[in-house]
Amino acid sequence: MNLVKLSWRNLTSKPLAMLLSLLLFALGVGLISLLFLLNHQLEEKFQKNLAGIDLVIGAKGSPLQLILNSMYHVDAPTGNITIGEAKAFLRDGHPLIKMAVPISVGDSYKSFRIVGTNHKITELYGAKVAEGQLWKEDFEVTIGASLADELGLSVGSEFFSSHGFVSDGINEHTDTEPFKVVGVLSPSGSVVDQLILTNTQSIWKVHSGHDGHEEEPADSSKIAKADPSDLLSYPDEEITSVLLQFSKRNMQTLNLGRNINENTDMMAAMPAYEINRLYSMMGAGERLLRLVAGVIVFVSGLSIFIALFDSLRDRRYELALMRVMGATKIKLFILIILEGLILAILGYIIGILLSHIGMSVLAGYMESSYRYSFSGSIFLKEELYLLAGAIGIGLLAALIPAIQASRTDISDTLTDS
Amino acid sequence: MLATKNLKYTYNDDVALSFPDIECQKGERWLLLGQSGSGKTTLLHLLGGLRTAKDGDVIVNGTSLKSLTQEALDQFRGQHIGIIFQKAHFIKALTVEENLALAQSLADKPIDRNRIKALLDRLNVSHKLKSKPDQLSIGEQQRVAIARALVNKPAVILADEPTSALDDVNCDEVVQLLEQQAAEENATLLIVTHDGRLKEKFEHQIILNPQV
Repeated sequence: MNLVKLSWRNLTSKPLAMLLSLLLFALGVGLISLLFLLNHQLEEKFQKNLAGIDLVIGAKGSPLQLILNSMYHVDAPTGNITIGEAKAFLRDGHPLIKMAVPISVGDSYKSFRIVGTNHKITELYGAKVAEGQLWKEDFEVTIGASLADELGLSVGSEFFSSHGFVSDGINEHTDTEPFKVVGVLSPSGSVVDQLILTNTQSIWKVHSGHDGHEEEPADSSKIAKADPSDLLSYPDEEITSVLLQFSKRNMQTLNLGRNINENTDMMAAMPAYEINRLYSMMGAGERLLRLVAGVIVFVSGLSIFIALFDSLRDRRYELALMRVMGATKIKLFILIILEGLILAILGYIIGILLSHIGMSVLAGYMESSYRYSFSGSIFLKEELYLLAGAIGIGLLAALIPAIQASRTDISDTLTDS
Repeated sequence: MLATKNLKYTYNDDVALSFPDIECQKGERWLLLGQSGSGKTTLLHLLGGLRTAKDGDVIVNGTSLKSLTQEALDQFRGQHIGIIFQKAHFIKALTVEENLALAQSLADKPIDRNRIKALLDRLNVSHKLKSKPDQLSIGEQQRVAIARALVNKPAVILADEPTSALDDVNCDEVVQLLEQQAAEENATLLIVTHDGRLKEKFEHQIILNPQV
């Protein structure tokens, strides 16, 4: 019959009081841990997908929306820009630009986005071909790893795209050629895992049939084209945006964005800046949640304190009796401290379980609505700090009751009864 | 054995109690009689090391309680002195068996389940081994309390008014049990009481006169 066992028996002899203290504590810990998990994974996704992109050029609108849509593939596009407008940036040899990647979005397959772009996008995100090859001809696609897993697509599969980003089957483009999978990328942990990549022309072709002007060669620009694979031969066609990587960052590159915003009908947005803005917007909500979690933890600490303090009054005689049986003051002190610690550690374990189960549930939900993969089975070092904090609170809550218990005067207590 | 010398105790600096010297030999059975206010519970607590005397000393089994530090005294009490109170109290969260096991482990002795079982058998309550204390009748509680006082084979057994709440039949039984069990362990038994019914039953008696 050691002290740990005795503490445990004392606690479980009052199951309801114990449950209340445990639940409160677990809620507080769980909420804080969930915030850690969410924050960590969101930041990781955002950082990874920044992919060294310095500037995004698209149609005027909300810069944050442009970034979210073109880089993170979550929001709707701000509109379109024409190749003619963007040609200065798409053309090779711009002194400031190391890499330019055109992006055309608007279609999807089973809510996975189809992106019209060029091969440089795989360089940008460090994606490698796992199977097959990158797209060459129109209507050939190379798909991200998650897609291959989730939709069971592989090299040789064919499908029709849908207009928009929701898979409802109504807006399916069945009047054109189907897309054909020619390659699968290996997982890179970035947004590319969730995308269907093809060339820009395929996107145009899907839509030209739609809009009524079927493959009309009357267009002067198309007569003039030298190389049909060169986007610059289609100055009137539209794309959603261009992702730019500068060869170096200096005053000129900083001014480039401002120039675009002031002197053209296009908008330039800096991802790093916009994402920081997004963090600070989310930060307010996160701070509030942290505050709520902190208050819950404080109240749960208080509830442990009250539960222990209250039980001391009922157990005065028991404590004196233990002294009679040979228990030293230190033993009584440790007994009560152990009760606080057991509650805190159990509460912590339940809280961590709750947060990870919660994160798994949330991950499933976020995956289906944003196509981003999150996980409930990641453990962070912050959770160890949280354990230290939980133990600290357990100790603190039990300290005064424990001192009180160790000071029990045997003789007075026994005479009183 | 149990002895006191010039024992004095002072409450709040104005109520001074002094006690006659006691000398009880090993295996003897003593009765300490006194009216309310004679300080008999105080004396019992002094003998059990639950209070510290202002003056004089208590010798239990050859050890001077005064010479012990607080921690050593706790330890000593657990190992050598068994105390039975007027009303039996237990750790409510534990079973009868666990209460006795706790008495063993708090006295730093190994848990001996055979000893516990045998004691409860002797006291006719072994069928309550796995029961919680509040599931026991008053009589059963008193027996278990006796078992707990005996579990570490103490040299001295102190009983504080063990019979005052009992009717004549139960009173006789408890006294008999105490005498029997003390004899069985060859322990010194001292019963503190104001219960006149016990007077004729004990050869050795100490009478405390009211001091306040």
